[in-house]
Amino acid sequence: MTDRPAPALPVADEATAARLDRMRGREKVLEVKSLGKTFESSQGPVEALRDVSFSVHRREFLCIVGASGCGKSTLVRLLAGLEESTSGEILVDGRPVDGPGRDRGMVFQGYTLFPWLTVVRNVAFGLEMSGMGRGAADSEAREWIDLVGLRGFEDNYPHQLSGGMKQRVAIARSLAARPRVLLMDEPFGALDAQTRAQMQSHLLQIWKNVDITIVFITHDLDEAVYLSDRILVLDPRPGRVREHLEVPVPRPRSFEQIVSSAFQGTRARLDHLIHPPQPVHDIERIPMVRFTVVGDEVE
Amino acid sequence: MKPSGHRRGASLFRIQGTLAPRPRAILWVLSFLVPLLAWSAVSYVPWIWHPLVEVSEPGDVRWFTPGMRVDEQAFDRANALVAKNAGTLAVGTPANPVFLPAPHEVARALFTSFATPPRLSEEMWLHESLLHSMRTIALGFLISSLIGIPLGIACGAIPAMARLSEPFLEFFRYLPAPAFGALCVAVLGINDAPKIAIIFIGTFFQQVLVVANTVRRVEPSLIEAAQTLGAPPRHQLLRVVVPASIADLYTDQRVLLGWAWTYLVVAELIGTSSGITYFINLQAKYRAYDNVMAAILIIGVVGLGSDLVLAWIGRRLFPWRKDAKPGLGALFRRRSGKPVVLEGAA
Repeated sequence: MTDRPAPALPVADEATAARLDRMRGREKVLEVKSLGKTFESSQGPVEALRDVSFSVHRREFLCIVGASGCGKSTLVRLLAGLEESTSGEILVDGRPVDGPGRDRGMVFQGYTLFPWLTVVRNVAFGLEMSGMGRGAADSEAREWIDLVGLRGFEDNYPHQLSGGMKQRVAIARSLAARPRVLLMDEPFGALDAQTRAQMQSHLLQIWKNVDITIVFITHDLDEAVYLSDRILVLDPRPGRVREHLEVPVPRPRSFEQIVSSAFQGTRARLDHLIHPPQPVHDIERIPMVRFTVVGDEVE
Repeated sequence: MKPSGHRRGASLFRIQGTLAPRPRAILWVLSFLVPLLAWSAVSYVPWIWHPLVEVSEPGDVRWFTPGMRVDEQAFDRANALVAKNAGTLAVGTPANPVFLPAPHEVARALFTSFATPPRLSEEMWLHESLLHSMRTIALGFLISSLIGIPLGIACGAIPAMARLSEPFLEFFRYLPAPAFGALCVAVLGINDAPKIAIIFIGTFFQQVLVVANTVRRVEPSLIEAAQTLGAPPRHQLLRVVVPASIADLYTDQRVLLGWAWTYLVVAELIGTSSGITYFINLQAKYRAYDNVMAAILIIGVVGLGSDLVLAWIGRRLFPWRKDAKPGLGALFRRRSGKPVVLEGAA
């Protein structure tokens, strides 16, 4: 490891700083207080998360990033209530979380649409669970399907849809249950680059139109900077909070901003935090059979 | 030979290859035709097997009667003896043992066994025997399913239920169902009840375990998704676990029904023998082996036929499956799906 300091975060312009100020002034929807998680394994206990604390304000878009094995997925499963924490607590609107519930919607990385239900029945599922009748649930579901741009596909089955369309339905299904927080665990991880970019701008559009707070897990740093107001960086083994950083990129976001200094500066800092520069090995010393002479030209 | 032609021939038996409709149909027919041809060859080609001689003219062999089948060597010895005494030689043709009738005899028996009235008034017609057998299977399988499927679903979905019941079921399924015959007769009498009980015992324990295993394969993330949508445990079970596994459960029941058929003959031997088994035993007693073979074939045809029908229904019952065909599925949805434009709406 070198002692080279991480590149400083670019300073936000006035409008962005004011927006972030307003965000910090809003009430806290989600509060995580010194959360810890230890798994029991055959090789003894494995500490996945240690003393993780952060909070998310209403209408905030928070991304959680970190190297693989830093406990991102464990953290989001704890937030969803799908796993029990070993220590600490999670509060949604000040009420402690105890198991999964409608107040925290979840979009998974894999496709978790119900294959036996049509698109509209999938989206209506959460509505019916809240006691709504089938007819009312269906007509409200259609509005959510419109919102994610899938009008005309209401009566198709999931296997007839492309990967991006499936994740749109999954987003609509979660939002229809009116959660306070939408948890997204690498939702676009399985998509190709082009669809992924489309889905990112689409998600921002939805977020703009719906009163929803988003906690988004990703390992794609560009995605994190592009989407979020604030980024939580986790250190691996055990997962700990390395840093909170507020993204100084103005909104509304567009792909042209990727080349801006605010974007690139944030990106560089994130990259440094997650992949600290390693000491350079003396590559020449490594004994290696020479397989090729043609390949000599490539460098 | 054209290279493409060569490759096509090789591709027919390629590992995990796909079959076009025509070869599929041809191979289906062949799978029945090959055994039938083998049977015909053994029956009609005189120099294949035919260990016996069917006597047509007894000649001077006193113990021969027309139509009698004797061992080839015995026939030759008898003729040699007659020849020494300058008598008339017996005449015969090569024949197979009576228990291997030729295809045309069985085909004729298939027709006549349905068309001929029973020899004794208290005996049943073949179709009556067959219906009786089908009723026994249906009842045994139905009773087993009514208890076994819900129990299997509970075991598959709830680990505590599985732990409570599966170790015992695993033990019990190794006890052969026919071994309970005497017990069933003692408890249930000699008529149909013990036979249904044997089918039940043969099916039930496998059924619970098979259903539980299928239900356990339900994608856990589907249940988790339902939980985050606020589904209470009852709905997680009835609206996620059950529909997620129902198409596979249907296929399981088809396989299990096949197993139930294999217990039929044993079951029908218990107490007073009945149904198709009684018919088979009776015909064997009369040495009418063509009728015996016909009855055995009928069991196969009815078993295969019912499975094909169930498969046909199954393809139309679950419209969300990729191999689904339109039809019965339309009953289950309110509006038909629109044509799919995959990338269009992106």
